Amino acid sequence: MQNALQIVWLIPIFPLIGFLINGLGRNYLSKSVISVVGCGTILASFALSIWVFLQVRNGNTHVAGYFNFISVGKLKIPFAFQIDQLSSLFLLIITGVGFLIHVYSTSYMNKESKEHFGRYFSFLNLFVFSMLLLVMGANYVIMFIGWEGVGLCSYLLIGYWFKNTEYNKAANKAFIMNRIGDLGFLIAIFWLFAKTGTVTYTDVFSGVGNLSNSDATIITLLLFLGAAGKSAQIPLYTWLPDAMAGPTPVSALIHAATMVTAGIYMVARSNVLYSLSEISMNVVAVVGLATAILAATIALKQNDIKKVLAYSTVSQLGYMFLALGVGAYSAGVFHVMTHAFFKALLFLAAGSVIHAVNGEQDIRNMGGLSKKIRITFITFLIGCIAIAGIPPFSGFFSKDAILLAAYEKSQVLYGIALFGALLTAFYMFRLLFITFSGSFRGTEEQKHHVHESPAPMTTVLVVLAVLSIVGGLVGIPEVFIKGGDRINEFLSPIIAQHDAHTVSHSTEYMLMALSTGLVIVAIIFAWIKFRNYQRSEARGLAKVLENKWYVDELYEKIIVKPLHNLASFLSNVFEKSVVDGLVNAVGKAVHYGSRQLRLLQSGQVGSYVLLMVLSIVIIFVLQFFLRK
Amino acid sequence: MPINYYIFLSIALFAIGIVGVLTRRNAIIIFMCIELMLNAVNLLLVAFSKMHHLKAAMADVTTKAGTDGQLFVFFIMVVAAAEVSVGLAIIVMMYRNIHSVDVNFLNRLKH
Repeated sequence: MQNALQIVWLIPIFPLIGFLINGLGRNYLSKSVISVVGCGTILASFALSIWVFLQVRNGNTHVAGYFNFISVGKLKIPFAFQIDQLSSLFLLIITGVGFLIHVYSTSYMNKESKEHFGRYFSFLNLFVFSMLLLVMGANYVIMFIGWEGVGLCSYLLIGYWFKNTEYNKAANKAFIMNRIGDLGFLIAIFWLFAKTGTVTYTDVFSGVGNLSNSDATIITLLLFLGAAGKSAQIPLYTWLPDAMAGPTPVSALIHAATMVTAGIYMVARSNVLYSLSEISMNVVAVVGLATAILAATIALKQNDIKKVLAYSTVSQLGYMFLALGVGAYSAGVFHVMTHAFFKALLFLAAGSVIHAVNGEQDIRNMGGLSKKIRITFITFLIGCIAIAGIPPFSGFFSKDAILLAAYEKSQVLYGIALFGALLTAFYMFRLLFITFSGSFRGTEEQKHHVHESPAPMTTVLVVLAVLSIVGGLVGIPEVFIKGGDRINEFLSPIIAQHDAHTVSHSTEYMLMALSTGLVIVAIIFAWIKFRNYQRSEARGLAKVLENKWYVDELYEKIIVKPLHNLASFLSNVFEKSVVDGLVNAVGKAVHYGSRQLRLLQSGQVGSYVLLMVLSIVIIFVLQFFLRK
Repeated sequence: MPINYYIFLSIALFAIGIVGVLTRRNAIIIFMCIELMLNAVNLLLVAFSKMHHLKAAMADVTTKAGTDGQLFVFFIMVVAAAEVSVGLAIIVMMYRNIHSVDVNFLNRLKH
């Protein structure tokens, strides 16, 4: 009998249908129809995903093959979906959080005109479709299709307000940065195929023994380059904060459910390969940690509410890569999940704040909002507590799992990661206090405008807040409840097992107490400092941080400018002198040669005959000498 | 008589023909030189044919080997005769048009 999971193709098909309906009918359909189609298709996928998840929990995993996608010589790439613990978990995150964001968007984007509303939802559906394809694919090529689709959709949505040149530039930046990473991914796929002759996960992972250590290192590093592009790690992270140009729900979608988790998924999926190479693991861990710290320091001084959240995403992604790099794959995936909840919550709450103050994004012009927009404030507070990592909120469990894994690997890593966690708590609560406490600093007009968001938005916020609170309970550390770390257990079949905990229980308790205590201190410090925020000019290090360590300027100087100069040199000098010169030289040579050859046709019969005779003589002589 | 003599004579005739064609400007003399070259070839054909036949006849009297070369000579003569008639007609026409048979005046070919 055919496996029941054979019908999983329905999951990505629903958003695709939604994309087609909304995309093609955006001029004819009313906003309510568009909303119903957009959300309904994702809801259908979500329902199916739950069913799939339950199937997988009962131990039913399946590789559903459909048709031969590419079949050339030795290269055989089936179009197949792999449903196992990892992909089913991601399906839940993507469709679940995606659905909530869709619902939120119906209200948030309501000011848009009808055709733009339809365009927005069609892109959103396509985004979810691509992401589903990415996590469901049973080989690297299908994953790559989704990978590119996600990149395209992020471009489309970041540049959603395409009339604004700045936004278009941000969209281009996201796309180009991603392309750099994609190139690494693509080369990794080629390399993998050259060395193993297959790109299907199951075949690759069962045949890793044939892969030499250096090949594994190169492949995994190239894969990581792709992951760094998609998941915004050093050096390719600068696109993510600029991606704020899109509508706020899009940011939530990019940061929480789709896109940036793709890199984590890919590394987690390839964990068998990564386990082969010590170097790659270390690179992943170090880059992750460096990104976490760098982004956290930048977030300290940002004044755009969405930018702070964007850098916190970059920072949290760094933590996930740290987890992957130290071999705690399930901790990384766990953090993806909890992060999806609280980051979606934070972004949507930020959207609600922006909505309340009529499009203002600068937190220096906010303040004292806590009384006026109660629900948004409380949910935002829950999000902050969750991301800061205070028990028993979700962020605590996942971050603790990562910190513990880092501690087992090296105490230096742990120390730096703990410092990052401190920064996280500090900048999140700085954001919270500046935005919500003190007195309102905007204009009078804005002050009158402040109002709570409509019901669809607040409902979504509440749902996400609940998830942010309880989401961590699937991964309670062993010290508290025996068998409480259910996510680790659930993922264990497909993940190269992380070594059993070598840390004693007392140490573990102490580490938890240490991190929680320090985080609370950071929060109190933020409260003292920003409770009554007054704007002031940034100076010294603060100015450097406010300008994001001048990384964008650095890239501009060392990469963009030289490329630009090279391009203008090639177009102005090289093309004009060398290329044009060559073409003209050929033309002139032919012209001159023909002028000379024309003299041969004199019309003198005698000269013709002479030439003929000479030619015959030459032919005879040649024949005579060359025949030997 | 050894074949060498025939070959040398042929070469001599042929070379005279070539030199004549190259150096003379009178169309009729050029024409005669061409005929000379043709006949040099004919002579060679006949000579080879005869020698070949003699050699073959020593082994077998009834053989016809080598006789086809002589037949070819007849073909060449017929073709040469036809060519002469056409060529002379051209020369006559040339004389009528430019009142000369000097080929150097015949340089309109390039146009």
